[in-house]
Amino acid sequence: MLTAQLLYALTGCLIMALGLRTALLHASLLRRVVAINVMGTGVFMILLAIAYRGPELAPDPVPHALVLTGIVVAVSATALALALARRLNAEHADE
Amino acid sequence: MSDTLIWLVAIPLAGALTTLLLPRIADAVVMAAGLATAIAAGTLLYGVGTQGAMIYEIGGWSAGLGIALRADGLSALLLMMIALVMLPASVYSRTYFSKAAERARFWPLWLLLWTALNALLLSGDLFNLYVTLELLGLGAVALAALGGGRAAVEAALRYLLVGLLGSMMFLAGVSLIYAGYGTLDMTALARIVEPGPVAGTALAMMTAGLLLKSALFPLHFWLPPAHGSAPAPVSAVLSALVVKAAFYLVLRLWLEVFADAVTPAAANLLGVLGAGAVLWGSWRALRAERLKLLAAYSTVAQLGYLFLFFPLLQALPPGPARELAVGGLVLLALTHGFAKAGLFLAIGIVQHHSGHDTIRELDGTAQRLPATTFAMALGGVALIGLPPSGAFLGKWQLLAGAVATGQWLWAAVTLIGSLLAAAYIFRVLGHAFGHQAYPNRAVTVASEEWPALLLTTMAAVVLGLAGAPVWRLLENGL
Repeated sequence: MLTAQLLYALTGCLIMALGLRTALLHASLLRRVVAINVMGTGVFMILLAIAYRGPELAPDPVPHALVLTGIVVAVSATALALALARRLNAEHADE
Repeated sequence: MSDTLIWLVAIPLAGALTTLLLPRIADAVVMAAGLATAIAAGTLLYGVGTQGAMIYEIGGWSAGLGIALRADGLSALLLMMIALVMLPASVYSRTYFSKAAERARFWPLWLLLWTALNALLLSGDLFNLYVTLELLGLGAVALAALGGGRAAVEAALRYLLVGLLGSMMFLAGVSLIYAGYGTLDMTALARIVEPGPVAGTALAMMTAGLLLKSALFPLHFWLPPAHGSAPAPVSAVLSALVVKAAFYLVLRLWLEVFADAVTPAAANLLGVLGAGAVLWGSWRALRAERLKLLAAYSTVAQLGYLFLFFPLLQALPPGPARELAVGGLVLLALTHGFAKAGLFLAIGIVQHHSGHDTIRELDGTAQRLPATTFAMALGGVALIGLPPSGAFLGKWQLLAGAVATGQWLWAAVTLIGSLLAAAYIFRVLGHAFGHQAYPNRAVTVASEEWPALLLTTMAAVVLGLAGAPVWRLLENGL
């Protein structure tokens, strides 16, 4: 039976797999940074689906807290990746 | 007593922030924070040795709602190693980064890395582990990029992307665990995990992420460039401590949390990858042209030995033989930490004095830098696994386990790997001796050479002769 929760979780898995595929197969730097972010979004979506506990109960707060922390971590990591990529670009321009 | 747990995270973190805000007094702050953290680690080790495992609930919130820090014999031993490696490496960094402006950029990241390492070893639940893994990765990447130049930045960027990919795989496994069992607490999970598709898939995903981070063959491709182009003290802690943190997690997951769900076939797979790492890493180290790359490939090989223990531990029934093997595994990991840190510092000194680290052109290094060459030789003794180093005892247990369980293949791999290690170490030493006369003084620059000597002596002599407490501390865990 395909419930909404399952649909969300499966979509999350699909997004994660797409991100993983691009991150592994493509050499372009920016593309890989974006792909890893897409992969993260897939994982967060799975966590959001897990939080659902039926129409009567409020959603489980723990996965929500995990997603929030995960987003903060992903943003800082992306910032560092972009900073390094800019530095690399500048070094290329110097040569 | 359990307050020490929070101090181990709070002191280096406060130090990192202070060095960022007050760069003028940064050198003194680092030494004070380093000493205080080392004292805290020693207190913890003593406390765990006398009273057993400890728990500290941050802010008084119980686990589940709040964050609980935990320490047992294994984590206390590794915390002590981290402190004893970071402290000499900090002293060496003061000479390595001769300009105050360089050090001002370096110290905050250095102490943040220490904070992340300590927090990772004290974490008791899977999500905290994910956060500390990311913190560790960010700190390590920023430090690796400090080398400057295109090669270092490129290697750091690749290191970051690989690390992120690993953490995402780990997080996906963590979310599966929460969906399946409704808790992330490792002690609780160890009780309720049962063999099945949920546990199997989650463990496979988390392990895949961690193997990427611990650079197990064939996922080691990012390690040699990143460790080979970082500044010497950074390479030392990346090789000695940071990859060990990911390995520590694999150990915890496989032997403790998922102990019931692990199958012999899965353990054998880790063993095969470990064997590949030992052979390929040692071979590449033998063929390396630069000292730093030699040391980096040797790290790949040495991590391989640690993974060879998994099939043995899977086959050994609980009892004295298994405890001996676990102790051997931990002692091998500790010895490699000290030996590799000391070796990288020694390489840094050679590079500083001769301007390069090409192995063919080391001629006369033994005469110009006798103490440094001696440190490299001592580190080599520990990497080969000659007595009285701690690695000798560790490899002895590896061989004993392989013989006891009839898994001769792992014994053969260990012996071939050790022979190759002897070959690559003696190749370096052979090139280091020249025909010049020896100087009258052995130590040329004390503050530069002592840290490397201390670290390698620890690995080659102290851990081997005084390694018995390791087994006693591990008695209650794993």
